[in-house]
Amino acid sequence: MGNKTSSKPLLSPKRLERQFSDYKPLYSEAEALIEANRCINCYDAPCISACPTGIDIPAFIKKISTGNIIGSAKVIFEANMLGYSTGRVCPVEELCVGACVYNDLNSSPIQIGRLQHYAAKKAMEIEENTGKKLFPRSKRKSDKKVALIGAGPASLACAAYLALDGIEAVIFEKDTLPGGLNTTAVAPYKIQTEASIEEVNWILQHGVELKTGVEIGKDIALEKLIDEYEAVFIGIGLGMGKRLELKGNDSAAVWRATDLIRKIKNDPDFSLPDELNTVLIIGGGNTAIDISRELAMLGVKDVRLLYRRSRKEMPGYEHEMVEASRYGVRLVEHVTPLEIIRNGEQIKALKVKSTISNDIFDLPCDWVVEAVGQLKHVSKISPEIEVDDQGRVIVDAKTRRTSNPKVYAGGDCINGGKEVVNAAQDGREAAFDILRNLGISPSLHGEKYFKSFVSENKN
Amino acid sequence: MADLSVNICGIKSPNPFWLASAPPTNTGEQVMRGFDAGWGGAVWKTLGEPIVNVNSRFGAIDYSGTKVIGFNNIELITDRPLASNFKEIYEVKKRYPHNVVIVSLMVETKDEWQEIIKRSVDAGADGLELNFGCPHGMCERGMGSAVGEEPKVLQEITSWAKEFSNVPVFVKLSPNVTDIRDPGMAAVMGGCDGISLINTIKSIIGVDLDTLVPKPSVGKESTNGGYCGPAVKPIALHLLAVLGKDPKINVPISGIGGISTWQDAAEFIALGATTIQVCTAVMHYGYRIVEDLIDGLNNYLNNKGLKSVSELTGQAIPGFVDWGELDLNYDIIAKIDGDKCIGCGLCYVACLDGAHQCIHTQKGPCHGWHGEADHGFGPRTEVMPPLHHDGGVPAMSHVPFVDEEECIGCNLCMLVCPVPDCITMVEASHSESKKSWKDHVAKGSA
Ligand SMILES: Cc1cc2nc3c(=O)[nH]c(=O)nc-3n(C[C@H](O)[C@H](O)[C@H](O)COP(=O)(O)OP(=O)(O)OC[C@H]3O[C@@H](n4cnc5c(N)ncnc54)[C@H](O)[C@@H]3O)c2cc1C
Ligand SMILES: Cc1cc2nc3c(=O)[nH]c(=O)nc-3n(C[C@H](O)[C@H](O)[C@H](O)COP(=O)(O)O)c2cc1C
Ligand code: SF4
Ligand code: SF4
Ligand code: SF4
Repeated sequence: MGNKTSSKPLLSPKRLERQFSDYKPLYSEAEALIEANRCINCYDAPCISACPTGIDIPAFIKKISTGNIIGSAKVIFEANMLGYSTGRVCPVEELCVGACVYNDLNSSPIQIGRLQHYAAKKAMEIEENTGKKLFPRSKRKSDKKVALIGAGPASLACAAYLALDGIEAVIFEKDTLPGGLNTTAVAPYKIQTEASIEEVNWILQHGVELKTGVEIGKDIALEKLIDEYEAVFIGIGLGMGKRLELKGNDSAAVWRATDLIRKIKNDPDFSLPDELNTVLIIGGGNTAIDISRELAMLGVKDVRLLYRRSRKEMPGYEHEMVEASRYGVRLVEHVTPLEIIRNGEQIKALKVKSTISNDIFDLPCDWVVEAVGQLKHVSKISPEIEVDDQGRVIVDAKTRRTSNPKVYAGGDCINGGKEVVNAAQDGREAAFDILRNLGISPSLHGEKYFKSFVSENKN
Repeated sequence: MADLSVNICGIKSPNPFWLASAPPTNTGEQVMRGFDAGWGGAVWKTLGEPIVNVNSRFGAIDYSGTKVIGFNNIELITDRPLASNFKEIYEVKKRYPHNVVIVSLMVETKDEWQEIIKRSVDAGADGLELNFGCPHGMCERGMGSAVGEEPKVLQEITSWAKEFSNVPVFVKLSPNVTDIRDPGMAAVMGGCDGISLINTIKSIIGVDLDTLVPKPSVGKESTNGGYCGPAVKPIALHLLAVLGKDPKINVPISGIGGISTWQDAAEFIALGATTIQVCTAVMHYGYRIVEDLIDGLNNYLNNKGLKSVSELTGQAIPGFVDWGELDLNYDIIAKIDGDKCIGCGLCYVACLDGAHQCIHTQKGPCHGWHGEADHGFGPRTEVMPPLHHDGGVPAMSHVPFVDEEECIGCNLCMLVCPVPDCITMVEASHSESKKSWKDHVAKGSA
């Protein structure tokens, strides 16, 4: 069972991504111990409430400090099957680390993500070396089957919890590489394709089946899955990057940010042209900041981020912008693009307008990168699935069930584009509801791992 | 600058800080470097018939990443020839006439005591310290703590030493006894000039969980060692105070056990120590720590308006009384400073699980029971969160609050709070006049 070979494609080391090193490298044992011992083990800790998957953070950190790595990793994975990649890619400054009580003591908060990365990675190594599984698959094998669409974080988390309780979970992925945006989009200084695939394989070995190169809605109809499976989980993320309707944008020197990032991460034949000096990035979100920093780190001297409002209003995280500036990325506020001025295939300049003075001026450049959001594409699978006015699948807030009782959804396709950790939480909640509906009580915690100390007032 | 010099049994020391008899006083070269660093005196590593040591011989306890909060050793007395030791003692005294050199001794027979005392005094020792404390190895040969635990033998050997010595004799006591006053009185009756305490405490520092051999391991075996370092300070302070309180123990005391900072030293002095001795902290950080011991003690004395260290000696003894004399009416409660609180919840859980269930959070009163497991006890009182100073708006939601009616003033929350001065214990307004258990019994109202 399990189409495992297809999930281990030979990744060429020639990819540009490989030139990046981790900006938060795996802790050594000594580093992990020192950091773990700093945690004061808060009770009802604020960091827990700030984690979308509610990992019992003081519990897993305490276990690192006592050398109980297996126990630590279990605390993490019980709440978040993508504990490995989220430890690396979560915007922790906005989540757990941002809530750590040390911030109120004016000292550096506990590096929760790095400790999580450490415990997850070490436990996976121990598992590999000893052959002893952290989570042995349930003996209680059922004949129930659940289909999952898309092999991104949302489906992977959902499938793992299903498989652990004996469900036959089958993921259909249109791409050749699984992992979703962890594989194709997340900044290479956070996680690289090899690590993302490694995590996918770890999930698969719990008994999840992966079929790559199958696009639902094209190769197989959603309705067919609904017929043949007990339940269907939609975790297809977002669609292609949006385009601005700019005159002159039909050139190979005008990029969608997500396409360019994917080339950097996955394409062994891709390299930056030698004469690439100035790149203008249009947008103010995290994708815009990511690609700016990646280009600057790859040696492009003049990388400018053009945003139509002020820095304060940028949807991208301030801490990411600060990091990007350290690599020389400059922010141009209050400008909006009008037209790309070309000389044949080549770009001469981007014509922009100041949103304050309405002045119009040309910014000479070699490339223009558009990072203005991604399209929603659920309706492509089936018009039956209800979406809101912004194209997001409508689900029940607790169970992640759609208007069709057999169909669940989670991740970017329901929230319009958040983080990996949100997708992981959606996948888990959906898995638990699917299990309960199949009469199986989930063997891992169904609620946040931490039980709040405030009891409901019961009479 | 306060006067840090001390006079103990007629021996003058430039400051109260001595190196204890241990590896840091193994050789003349070390002792001289110690004096250069600022130590006022040194008690030479115990001399006797040279022995053979084993390896490994040290173990330590780390706690939450802090190294060596407790230390243990199975090392014996000097393993160097007596002649070299005496030659070096002579050299050191010649070069450092103003620093104190006490020679620690441990032998068996009366003749051996006579012989080794003569050689020590001839070498220039300012005083002697009889090691009746070593709790491992030597006691199996009838020496060390085997003597310290036998008051009769201790008294007899002390009187021999007094007979043979014309310099002051200190007796170093073992803490491995039920009542420290027994060996203490024996030493006084034997005629000692002063007492040193404590030596190390019998201990097993841990077990190697891979090999399942206790630590420190000598191949596949280990033995009990002597425990020392910061963790033993409270034990040492207690034994010091018990002797200091006893009017029959009328000799000066050199305090030892877990001292690593000037605060530790000041506490020993306040409980009656005239000089203090340090081993583990020096083994951990080197002789250099004496700089802050001196500097810190001096600043403390200045701030207190004390002109000399002797003005501090014994100041805390009157406050050390029997439980029965304590005031049963003394009432304090915990106060949380909401501006300092970081919302870690540690006071809450400590009071809930480990004390009296009287700290609450704004998520609801603490019920003293959890979720499903309702044992049938309701909340003790219905308490509402206090209003903020400006009235109306409840205090910050992450700040727990104390039910002042229920708080019994045990200190636990204040002890666990990670923020300095965030929880303080304040005297409750309704204190009546003092009434102790002994008063109760005297009135027959018990
Ligand atoms: C540039 C960029 C950087 C990011 N950086 C971070 C970061 O640092 N940290 C962070 O936490 N998050 C980051 N994110 C967001 C994060 O990657 C997503 O929130 C997360 O991957 C969403 O997971 P998902 O499973 O919902 O969707 P995806 O990861 O998008 O996975 C969806 C999968 O479904 C497949 N699929 C789509 N349609 C079909 C179909 N019809 N049939 C079969 N398969 C289909 C896709 O090929 C894809 O593999 C970033 C996103 C981008 C674009
Ligand atoms: C506040 C407090 C009260 C204690 N009361 C008792 C007691 O009444 N009877 C008893 O036998 N031990 C009592 N002990 C000692 C403990 O049972 C235990 O032996 C001691 O704390 C050492 O264990 P620990 O430091 O590893 O926790 C008490 C300890 C504490 C801290
Ligand atoms: S808030 Fe910080 S110190 Fe407290 S438990 Fe969480 S990580 Fe540890
Ligand atoms: S999953 Fe992310 S938010 Fe949650 S604890 Fe780990 S790093 Fe923090
Ligand atoms: S222990 Fe101190 S900082 Fe923590 S919640 Fe209590 S009062 Fe606040």
